[in-house]
This record gives sequence, structure tokens and C-alpha cells, in this order.
Amino acid sequence: MSKQSTLASNQAVSAHAGAAEQAPLLDIVHITSIRGERTLFSDFNLQVEAGRMYQIEGPNGAGKSSLLRIIAGLLRPQSGEIRYRGELSQHVRSEFLQDLLFIGHKAAVKPELTGLENLAFFAAVQGQPCAQPPFDLLEQVGLVGLEDIPAGNLSAGQQRRIALARLWVSSSRLWILDEPFTSLDVAGIEMLHQRFSQHLAAGGAIILTSHQPLDWASQSLVRIQLEYNW
Amino acid sequence: MSQTRILLQVVRRDFQVAMRNRNELLNPIIFLLVVITLFPLAVGPSAGTLSQIAPGVIWVSALLSAMLGLERMFRDDFRDGALEHMLLLPCAIELAVLGKIIVHWVTTAVPLLVISPLLALLLNLPMHALPVLLLTLLLGTPVLSAVGAIGVALTVSLNRGGALLSLLLLPLLIPLLIFATAAIEAASMNMSAGGPLALMAAFLVLSVGLSPLAIRAALQVSVN
Repeated sequence: MSKQSTLASNQAVSAHAGAAEQAPLLDIVHITSIRGERTLFSDFNLQVEAGRMYQIEGPNGAGKSSLLRIIAGLLRPQSGEIRYRGELSQHVRSEFLQDLLFIGHKAAVKPELTGLENLAFFAAVQGQPCAQPPFDLLEQVGLVGLEDIPAGNLSAGQQRRIALARLWVSSSRLWILDEPFTSLDVAGIEMLHQRFSQHLAAGGAIILTSHQPLDWASQSLVRIQLEYNW
Repeated sequence: MSQTRILLQVVRRDFQVAMRNRNELLNPIIFLLVVITLFPLAVGPSAGTLSQIAPGVIWVSALLSAMLGLERMFRDDFRDGALEHMLLLPCAIELAVLGKIIVHWVTTAVPLLVISPLLALLLNLPMHALPVLLLTLLLGTPVLSAVGAIGVALTVSLNRGGALLSLLLLPLLIPLLIFATAAIEAASMNMSAGGPLALMAAFLVLSVGLSPLAIRAALQVSVN
């Protein structure tokens, strides 16, 4: 009883043909998730390939966030498995997590710490030691002048920017982003689009939930519809 | 090695956060001071009675004040998503958890150790028992942090886990209370406190060594 349909808006091979020949970055096989009494989705399958962006769509409560959390390994599905380059993701946990960047609905920005301190922490634990000094990073996401203010005193959009700055220090190939555009302004969204294209061009893959149209990326976009199951 | 680097970063960040929340840090220690100041007023200032109840009073109030500050360990992290971030760090979760225990211990137990001579003085504990009091606190407070963290990890996703938390933890911590007070009493009567202290050291090794495993499992259930 497969209830989700995959609408591949454009199956054309993306700009870098070489990536398509490799094994899929991530293979999501027969995932079933039951929350409470309700089956969110059953027998969900997806092959995540390098250079592609997967947009998960569906009404509120359809299980988009749950799906992302299952893929990241935060939530255990009722059945099914996640294979990272052919191996079960929990068996190659540290390699998988090295290659994964997950920014959830709750963005892990500490309200007590300043933007700079938050960024310094993210950059330091991200694996690669300081690709970019945190201050440059702050400039990148347009928060110069606010570096000494505790993140809790910033606006929702500014806090989002701090969280999303992790995208600029990440060397992970797989990004899982839950509603990354929430509370961003137009300039912020544009900035994110640019970063996404860079990432896709560099052979990364993105799985995200968003209600924003992502037509600019139609070349590499795969849209996945989740339905609300009663 | 990257694992220890991540551990150090977690410790550093948690210290920074704790220092920004100094009021919350001070609450348990102020509670402890108030309780201990009230005892001589209520029980009467007779030196004999006070020194007799001193070990019990100090340890009971240390235990209760530890309960007060315990929730802080994972509650905020759970709310702002830092907990999920921690579970997805490319290092052993147990290690990051150990970092949190260390920060909690340093921020709660070190102030307690510093003021404990004052507490001993307030309750007229014989001065020759003071080193043993310090030793019991030194051995016992890491157990409070480590075992307490298991309870917090289990209850963090519940809205009002406070009452449940103390119900869960107090039975586990009662042996600690018994051996700690036994050690101090023995010392104040000029007897050897070696036995209870050795048992407390065993608790310490067991709880700090094994609790990160339990905490990891509990956290994974809590974010589920």
C-alpha cells in the first residue's frame, strides 16, 4: 500500500554526469513509520544521488519532518533501512555522520551565546577545523554588527541565519534541512539558493522540506509528495 | 584526535552557556545555605545535637539541592535542538554525554566543595571530620551528576518531569547518602572511615563509567 508518489519533475542527468554512475549516496529502502496510531507512510523508497535536490512536500502532519529525522537516524522507523553508500547507516555511523549535515526545525542555536560563539562551536565540531574563521562566516550570512549580541535577543530570521551558516563550513555531502527558508527574508532566501547551487554543483545532495517553490533548481530537483494518511 | 576535540568543544560551549546563566547556577547553592542556616535555629544551638545531626543534614540538603539544578542538564538542549545536534555529532555519543556530566559536576559541586567548611562550621561538625566530609563530597557529587543525568535523560521529553525525576533518582541515591553519612560519623568519632569511603569510590567508578551508556540510550528514546 504505497501511498506516496514520486513526481520527478526533471529526471535529466544533472550537470555532472560522472556522479550519476556511482552508487547512490543514500538508499532509503522500504521505510514505514507509525506515530501513535497513525501510519505516516509505509514502504517509502528513495535513492539519493549526488548532485540532486529532493524536495519533500505534503500537507502539515504528513510526516515530512519525521521522514527527515528517520533518514538522519534520530528516529527509528518501524521497518526498513537506510543504506549509506551500500552499508547500513547505523553500521557506518561515524562515516555517515561525517558526511551528513542535519538542520532540524529546532536549529540548535544557543540563545545565551552570541552569534559568533555559536558559529565557532558549529565550525569546531563540524569535522574540518576552521575552513573559515567564524567572523568571515558571520559576514557571509549578513550578521556583521550583531556578533556580540546573544542569539536569544536576535530576530527569528537572524537566528535562522546563524543556524544556516553551518552550510558554509560544512564539508558534508548530504544535507538534510527541515524548512530551511522559515523566517528568512528575500535576500536570505536568495543567499541560500546560491549556496544550494554551489553544493549541488560540487556533487552534494540535499533533502529538504519546504513549501517554497524551488523552480530555479528544476535541473536537479526531484519532488516527492507525501500524502496525509488517516 | 577528533573525538576528544569534539568533547572539549562540547565542554567549552556548555561552560559558556552555564556562565551566562549564573542565577540558575546559584539557586541550588543558595537553597543549600538557607537550609543549613535554618537548622541550628530550629533544632536549637546545643553543640552536641548539632554535631550529631551535621553529617545527615549536610548530605540530605546536598542531595536535594542537586535535584534542583539537575534538570538544567538536558532540558534547554532539548528545547533548542542542541540535543539532536549532539546526537548527530560524528563522535561517540557517550563521550559528549560525559562532557555534559563534567560540566554539570564542575558548575554544581565545586561551589559546594568550596563552601562545605562553612557548612561544617555552622553545624558544629568536629574539625577533624572536615577532611572526610570533603572526601565524601568529592566522591559522591560526581555520582549525583552521573546518575542524575540518567534520570534527566529519561524524563526530558516529558512536560513536567520534575516529580518523576526525584521519584526515579532518590531510591538510587539512598545508598550514597547512607555511606556518606556513615563515613563522616565514623570520622567525627575518631574511627576509620575507610570502609564507607571505599564503597563510595566504587559507586563513583561504576556510575561515571557506565552511566554514559544508559544516558545515550535514554536520550535516543527521548528524542524519538
